[in-house]
Amino acid sequence: MAADRPRALAARWMILGEWRAHPMRAVTAAVAIAVGVALGLAVHLVNASALNEFSQAVSTVNGDAELQVRGVSPAGFDEALYPTLARLPGVAATSPVVELEAGAKGADGPVTLIGLDVLRAAHVTPSLLGRPSGADAAHGPTSEAAFDDNAVLLSRAALDALQVKPGDRLDLTAAGRTVPLAVAGTLPGVAEGQQIAVMDIAAAQWRFGQIGKLQRIDLRLEQGADAGRVRAAIARVLPADAQLVSRESEARRSDALSRAYRVNLDMLALMALLTGGFLVYSAQSLAVARRRAQFALLRVLGVRRRALLGQVLAEGAVVGLAGGVAGLGLGLALASGVLALLGGDLGGGYFGGVEPELVFAPGAALVFLVLGLLTAMGGSLIPAREAARAQPAVALKNVGDSVDPRVAPRIWPSLLLLAVGAAAAFAPAVGGIPLFGYGAMALLLAGGVAAMPWIARTMLTPLQRVRVAGAAVDLAFKRLWGAPSQAAVALCGIVASTSLMVAMAVMVSSFRGSVDDWLGQVLADDLYVRAEASGGGFDPATQAALARTPGVARMVFQTSTSLRLSPDQPPLAVLIRPFDARRMPMIDSATPPAGATPVWVSEPAAWLYGWKPGQSITLPISGQAAPFFVAGVWRDYSNQHGAVSLDSADYTRLTGDAFRAGAAVELAPGAKPETVIAALRARMPPGLSVDFAEPKTLRAFALRLFDRSFAVTYGLEAIAILVGLAGVAATISAQTLARTKEFGMLRHLGVTRSQIVAMLATEGAVLGAVGVLAGIGLGLVMSQVLIHVVNPQSFHWTMETQLPWTLLASVAAALVAAAAGTALLAGRRALSADAVRAVREDW
Amino acid sequence: MAAESPILSLRSLAKSVPGGRVLFEGLDLDLAAGEFVAVMGESGVGKSTLLNLIAGLDGADAGQVAIDGVGLETLDDDARTGLRRDRIGFVFQAFHILPHLTLGQNVALPLVLQRAPGAEALARAGDMLDAVGLPGRAGDFPHQLSGGEMQRVAIARALAHRPGLILADEPTGNLDPETAGRVLELFAAQVRQSGAAALLVTHSDVAAAAADRVLTLTRTGLVERHGG
Repeated sequence: MAADRPRALAARWMILGEWRAHPMRAVTAAVAIAVGVALGLAVHLVNASALNEFSQAVSTVNGDAELQVRGVSPAGFDEALYPTLARLPGVAATSPVVELEAGAKGADGPVTLIGLDVLRAAHVTPSLLGRPSGADAAHGPTSEAAFDDNAVLLSRAALDALQVKPGDRLDLTAAGRTVPLAVAGTLPGVAEGQQIAVMDIAAAQWRFGQIGKLQRIDLRLEQGADAGRVRAAIARVLPADAQLVSRESEARRSDALSRAYRVNLDMLALMALLTGGFLVYSAQSLAVARRRAQFALLRVLGVRRRALLGQVLAEGAVVGLAGGVAGLGLGLALASGVLALLGGDLGGGYFGGVEPELVFAPGAALVFLVLGLLTAMGGSLIPAREAARAQPAVALKNVGDSVDPRVAPRIWPSLLLLAVGAAAAFAPAVGGIPLFGYGAMALLLAGGVAAMPWIARTMLTPLQRVRVAGAAVDLAFKRLWGAPSQAAVALCGIVASTSLMVAMAVMVSSFRGSVDDWLGQVLADDLYVRAEASGGGFDPATQAALARTPGVARMVFQTSTSLRLSPDQPPLAVLIRPFDARRMPMIDSATPPAGATPVWVSEPAAWLYGWKPGQSITLPISGQAAPFFVAGVWRDYSNQHGAVSLDSADYTRLTGDAFRAGAAVELAPGAKPETVIAALRARMPPGLSVDFAEPKTLRAFALRLFDRSFAVTYGLEAIAILVGLAGVAATISAQTLARTKEFGMLRHLGVTRSQIVAMLATEGAVLGAVGVLAGIGLGLVMSQVLIHVVNPQSFHWTMETQLPWTLLASVAAALVAAAAGTALLAGRRALSADAVRAVREDW
Repeated sequence: MAAESPILSLRSLAKSVPGGRVLFEGLDLDLAAGEFVAVMGESGVGKSTLLNLIAGLDGADAGQVAIDGVGLETLDDDARTGLRRDRIGFVFQAFHILPHLTLGQNVALPLVLQRAPGAEALARAGDMLDAVGLPGRAGDFPHQLSGGEMQRVAIARALAHRPGLILADEPTGNLDPETAGRVLELFAAQVRQSGAAALLVTHSDVAAAAADRVLTLTRTGLVERHGG
């Protein structure tokens, strides 16, 4: 090792010397890596912090139970299960729970109302026990307040949301009933930000119409009990409408809720790192080309090929390490700033209302640091191999572009990458994540970029034969043809940033267009009414009265509930409404046999649960597992975790529940919406809070949500493009500045300054145009992977390709202008040097 | 006849350019320590190619090149590189001084590549710069030098690691006659002082005159030039 130190000294001299001579090039490359690492880490930390907060919120509501039995739907299950479970061997303690969504007039969002048996909860979920206020406080959590039918204990966030304080009175609405209660104390064990109300279980069952029903039972196992055996024993006694969940399955469910979104955002953030990698590639390629004679000299002086390879790789590694370390600091600051300013929600709506603390993840930081390092080294690999391969005898003669323009570049490595990328696109998701889809994108990008020398040659060769009047343009064409490898280096950056931008823009445009079309179909009525969920909705008599309102031609009542079909998956939405094919964008259908109860499943549900039209499935809709026939699959963008649509009449027949929480209204010809709204409001039951909305409002709201959820996407994409453009500018600028000697020679030959500037602008514009054309082509291919692979595998919905022509045209024009402008500016700088001195320059 | 074994030995060397044109064939040469030989010839005759073959930078079509009795054809690229590093010093027409290294670092580079400690290498480089008439300039950068000064640095670099063989390719080709004369004088003095064998290729009679023997490169080999 000691013997190697002097040689390392030589490499250090060479590297430091290069950076001393061109510090901005190394700094630009390091900054590009820093930006990529910072974005990746920041997005990851924001999402991880939000997920951590969200999981804590879930565990707060669930208390500290080791195991839980939960109802598969909000309706819950029969309380007779409770004594059965309590008697099972291995179960140390059980605590029955009523859990309802509650609200109050003027409240800021819903509150989770939990009915507990305090004495039992003390052994299983002590964090849900309250602290009574006033005189009761002295008696501890099991004071009289805990058994008072009229008392409720509220968490800090619930006090704020309901705008009350201990000692106040409160009208709480849940399961369609409004009950006056006294705020008897607080819940100090509940985490910050969680809106939870706790009251006595018997009072909750009685006063909110839940007699004989429980939503969950919390369990604690005996010490040393065989958990597997106890679980099996519980599973044997569970009815169809109840499900066993554990902390682990809840964690998996929380994770599954937003995992695809988080992974997609992580991948998007890594795009900036990828374009940073191309910037490193361009910078290193140029540095290697410029130092070709220097490397040749080193070879002559006795430096081995692999030492040169190592030197260029080491340069990349130092750039990557410096950029990575800076990126970690920047990423932490960015994540901290985002959490302080925006909370944990980056627009996807998964963590809305969550205000997480920044959770530093050393493992993730290390991964991003290594990714930064590998990207920079990856970007240096090809230039390093070129440096090592250089023929010293040839390079010492300093013949310029090392590629003979008459030799056709190889296309097969690129075709191989493109073919493997295309094949990867057909592979299935891994654990719900489109790993192969992302791999396909990366391979297609690599293949496309690798094809650039060949594409550049193919597209630029005709230019050589073009005869133009102006000497400047003629020179520009000849130069582009004669120095294909330099053209290819500059094109790589343009193609990488253009293709990524085009792929994302086409995907978002297709998605938005498809959502807009879908909204047009599902929002086909004139007016929509929605009752507050906790208010219970409209009973049949109210429905009949409302349907007879003057100005109403037809009123279709609907409601929704949820089903937990798997402990690991988020609940499935159940939409109850009269079946109407016109309002359901069907993708596939089957005719149900006589006597079968049909359900229509959404595209995500079909994907997640493997349902197909014509299949018979079992759903615990009515407390019992009942058979249903899958009569069709419809496109649905509103429930990412799946939905089934059940005909209203069938639902009422199966459950006896005829209440509906909303309605779609078709107005009579000539009826004015505001008049009809007033008339409908007049017929509403007293105390029921309802909202009215016209389809255009709902549509605008939905598209606003869409745009908000893609705001971060646009931001990350914009940064990736800026990094890419910086790479293009740096490449063209460095290439132009390296041609000072050529410009000096041309000036000696009598070419005017303005002719050289025109030549450079033409070169830049032609290069930009070739890059943009190739980038758009590659981007369109990559967009198809996003549309048909990444999106369906991540979010389980499909869409039709819609091209954003205006955006594509403007970006193409901007890129061509940027390339020409950069060449022109750099040319002016290069021309400012003394032409005579430039010709005499040795290097 | 020199009794000691030659540092450089060329036997039946042949080389053609792509396209088939024969540059030379049947070329023989022995060069012993302390010998300073100039090879002349017209442009395109293959003088630089001959140097590339000797340095192991190019491969011969036929024949052998041996340095200190080691045949280059028996060595792989790494071994040829090592031999070049340890036994050969180069001086080029275009100087090839690394612009981002100081003069001291440029001269010390061959020593550092031979794993000499940095301080030792820089001290030797300082001595060499003194010897070529650039005292106290070790910390300067090349852009501060004239062409003649750059070639002095190149000579110092070629000799810094005490090679047995020095190859010089038109070392005065880029210099004005007056500077060229001073550089040649310095080169010859340094070569003789080092005791190394030296092969200078040039088309300049003035440059060739600095050598002990002058040979002309022809298609059939090297021919002794008399009376020059």
